[in-house]
Amino acid sequence: MSYTAAELLCVMAARYLRDGQTVFAGVGLPLLAVALAKRTHAPHLTMIVEGGVIGAEVVPGRLPISTNEMRLAHRATMLPPITDTFHFAQRGLIDVGFIGGAQIDRYGNVNTSVIGPYDRPRVRLPGSGGANDLASLCSETVLVTLHERRRFVEQVDFVTSPGGLPGGRARREAGLLFGGVSRVITDLGLFGFDAATGAMRLEALHPGVTVEQVQAATGFALLVAEPLPTTAPPTEHELSILRSLDAERRFLG
Amino acid sequence: MRPGDFVEARRRRAQKPKAPRDKRMSAAEAVQLVRDGDTIALGGCCYARPPILLIRELLRQGRRNLTVARNLLSFEGDWFLLAGAATTLITSWMGPGLPWGLSRPLRHYVESGQVRFEEWSHLAIGLRFRAAAMGVPFLPTLTMLGSDLLAVGGAKTMTCPFTGERLALIPALFPDVALLHVHRADPFGNCQIDGYTHMDADIASAATTVLVTAEEIVDPEQIRREPARTVIPGFLVDAVVEAPFGAYPGECYGRYETDFAHLDAYAAAIAAKGLDGAREYLERYVLGPATHEAYLALFDPAALARQQQAAQELVSGEPL
Repeated sequence: MSYTAAELLCVMAARYLRDGQTVFAGVGLPLLAVALAKRTHAPHLTMIVEGGVIGAEVVPGRLPISTNEMRLAHRATMLPPITDTFHFAQRGLIDVGFIGGAQIDRYGNVNTSVIGPYDRPRVRLPGSGGANDLASLCSETVLVTLHERRRFVEQVDFVTSPGGLPGGRARREAGLLFGGVSRVITDLGLFGFDAATGAMRLEALHPGVTVEQVQAATGFALLVAEPLPTTAPPTEHELSILRSLDAERRFLG
Repeated sequence: MRPGDFVEARRRRAQKPKAPRDKRMSAAEAVQLVRDGDTIALGGCCYARPPILLIRELLRQGRRNLTVARNLLSFEGDWFLLAGAATTLITSWMGPGLPWGLSRPLRHYVESGQVRFEEWSHLAIGLRFRAAAMGVPFLPTLTMLGSDLLAVGGAKTMTCPFTGERLALIPALFPDVALLHVHRADPFGNCQIDGYTHMDADIASAATTVLVTAEEIVDPEQIRREPARTVIPGFLVDAVVEAPFGAYPGECYGRYETDFAHLDAYAAAIAAKGLDGAREYLERYVLGPATHEAYLALFDPAALARQQQAAQELVSGEPL
């Protein structure tokens, strides 16, 4: 069964979620992942979206483009003001936050602000949005992104969303008492972080991918777990649900 | 005004008359209350309830050196840049929307150093307005700690005097003017918003001057029959302008959905012609139409009707 990189990311992100969790999701792939999980193994997930939605449901063929629009309000349970929505995460009520990133370093720090110096950037990216808040406040943060060497860099140009900062106790010392980036899901594999150093570690390969291939697509030396399992490929059932959700293929590629 | 200057911000508010009076006027009259160099806060979020009529009129009247503050900026953020109206953006994010990639105008004006992008996290933008709405100089939070965002806009940290933990302090943002679009308002400026309220209530309290467009202006009796739906009290408001479809091509909850086909066309014009495509759009849709009626006449009535129907379906509560 063939599938796109975006479809693979959605399936792997969906499988990571456990039934009953509260999940802070952005639009695009995270939203599709939560919707897929709800339709398979985790029907009791609660999706929270930063525009001010609790209990968002997704209508096939009417995927929201932004985090704050009517398509997400359909049959939701509450539409709180935005500031109060984030405060549920600060209060400790959100289990998992999904974020993406233009640059990611070995400690899971994420840049979505600028390539180059902040005041005169080579590329002005859209900015944090809620990503910094999710990475600071959710009980756990999961990074979902395509795996490219220009993305996985030795040092991010700007820390928009904190992962482990320089590693070790840095996150704790900065005042970030909770959460942190625990998982990175890419189209090549699944990654965690070494408990002592905080450095990124390859923990599973997707079917047909080699360790050498992952290392070649990464701008820093990866730790590699042993044993190193291979993930089960997306099933026809998972793919058919995803494809019905994004029939226009705005996000699935 | 210094960031967080709650004393001066209070003085400006306290000296304004608060008695109910008829505040209905045209958009052109309302925008007379905005001066060059002002800090403008926009209500709504991304393409939900953007105050399009007021933004258009502000840009048509040629205001300059504005600071534009909003949690998430979209196509309307492009307009301020293209019109040469803004020198600073205070936001957490700006883009045309996920399927359309990066904002070309944003890249051009910020990368060339013509416009300053003051980035905060989304919650921090909310706390800037919330602190101002509370009349205090800052609010403590656990967000933004350890990140490079802390230094960009002048947030500070402190050791909590109760727990000894490290906290980020987000300074209040007191805008000179708030531009808001709501569902209904009475002539005194009592405003009701259906669905998402975003940050509008805080923004209205935070600002010195509040300009409101409403899908409909209603009798004060209608407001009094359902006071729980009122999110902005009339004594905060300076101008009330009637503007059906006043957020179009953005959405207004329950009234009309975002015209995504129109946004597709905007993105396609920029993809094909770069900033020239964006400037042509600005002339045709933003600066050109002299009235709100002339603006709405640029859109196919069938498209407007479709967006209305889509909105009704989405808020019906029935499974789709």
